[in-house]
Amino acid sequence: MQDSSKPSLHLTPEQQKNVNRRTFLGFATLGLGALGGVLGWKWLANQPEVEGALAPLRSVMESNAALNEKVLYSNTHLAPVYPRSTAALEPRTNGDIGLEDEIALEEWKLTIVGAKGGTPLVLSLADITSLPKTDIVFDFKCVEGWNEIQYWSGVRLSEVFKNFGVSTDAQCVGMETPDKQYYIGLDMASALHPQTLLAYESNGQAISQEQGYPLRLIVPVKYGIKNIKRIGTITLSNERPPDYWAEQGYDYYAGL
Amino acid sequence: MEPIFEQQIIEKHPLAVRWFHWVNFPVLMIMIWSGLLIYWAHDVYEIKIGSTTLFKFFPDVFYKTFDINGHLATGMAYHFAFAWFFAINGFLYVAYMLVSGEWRFILPNKSSLIEAWRVTLNDLFIKKYDHPKAKFNGAQRIAYTSIIIMGAGSLLTGLAIYKPIQLAWLTTMLGGYEWARIEHFCLTVGFCGFFLIHIAQVVRAGWNNFRAMVAGFEVESVPITSPNVSNEEAS
Repeated sequence: MQDSSKPSLHLTPEQQKNVNRRTFLGFATLGLGALGGVLGWKWLANQPEVEGALAPLRSVMESNAALNEKVLYSNTHLAPVYPRSTAALEPRTNGDIGLEDEIALEEWKLTIVGAKGGTPLVLSLADITSLPKTDIVFDFKCVEGWNEIQYWSGVRLSEVFKNFGVSTDAQCVGMETPDKQYYIGLDMASALHPQTLLAYESNGQAISQEQGYPLRLIVPVKYGIKNIKRIGTITLSNERPPDYWAEQGYDYYAGL
Repeated sequence: MEPIFEQQIIEKHPLAVRWFHWVNFPVLMIMIWSGLLIYWAHDVYEIKIGSTTLFKFFPDVFYKTFDINGHLATGMAYHFAFAWFFAINGFLYVAYMLVSGEWRFILPNKSSLIEAWRVTLNDLFIKKYDHPKAKFNGAQRIAYTSIIIMGAGSLLTGLAIYKPIQLAWLTTMLGGYEWARIEHFCLTVGFCGFFLIHIAQVVRAGWNNFRAMVAGFEVESVPITSPNVSNEEAS
């Protein structure tokens, strides 16, 4: 470019024509591409929403989840675990939907509804704690972006199903609080993951009201939004159960 | 004898490279925007000296200006959709560079570092440097190779945050979940820095250079050996 000021022989008329033509074509293509991009962007923004997310983006979310389930997910992939000394003394609380009033143990029961209907199973906390206890110290991850090492104890959900004769021949597991204000849905694979617990202790103590006394879900393969507190009912089904945050535009799968 | 110059049409950027470049630009903008919507939900990074905060990512006025507040779900929805375009376009670009041999023009060589230093001094008006006429100078080689590595880094750190259990080996390799998130953020800051310098350099380099990224060619004055060769004959 520093040469351009030097005297030089100019382009021939044909060359100049060629330059003009290619310049025009180049910028016309770029302009059309930009226009296409803007129109595509507007089109996307004007698509109907499916549960709070633009329909095409909702489809990609679902495809991403399906791809994860097919290609990446395995129940042998475990969340990394940590020494107990690294766990937060007071696990962070971030949501209280479905926990408006305190609950006493006498008022609480766990109802499990099978996929094929029949009489629901009703369990007390003693029924749950009679099963082998599992501890986990893992890195809890919130969809907001924060994470915290926490220590929880409880019973494997797969163990509860097995022990009380609940058939896991279904695709989904739904859970809701006793007042039905908070509810989540899980794919069966994640529900049966060996680190998925019905937890009744945090740092070796009964879990607090804010943390979902007396029984909450700990599902390390999902974001915190799926770790429902104060479980009232568990329903197995082949239809996808409603999910509180998925209705607000979040990914239903929410898998890590 | 004074050398004689002749204007010639010189091919510069192959069509494929121009497409990859212009597709990447809006896609990267969308990734940065949607990434900000996500970052806002846990915006803990700041630059500190001792206990003095020099800069907080990000000040409220920034969030307000760009309407960042309270769109986490929207941010995630866009981010994990457009990440596909970013990744696929990036893969195709790298594959094209490898197969076409174009990589030779952007891979730094032995003299790139010293040349980059001289180019930098020249561009900051500190010490004049007439770099040899080549497709890309040392500074450009380093920049254009770095940006590919940064793109790959963004993809890997992003995957490490996205699937920290299924891809636990990757997350661990990058120093864990929190480090991967910091790395992902720093790379984005890097892209913004690259963008600013890139725009400044493009403005400075002028029309001929800019047109090359759109139409593919530059018109250059090239010295011709024999002063007897006329324009007609040369073409």
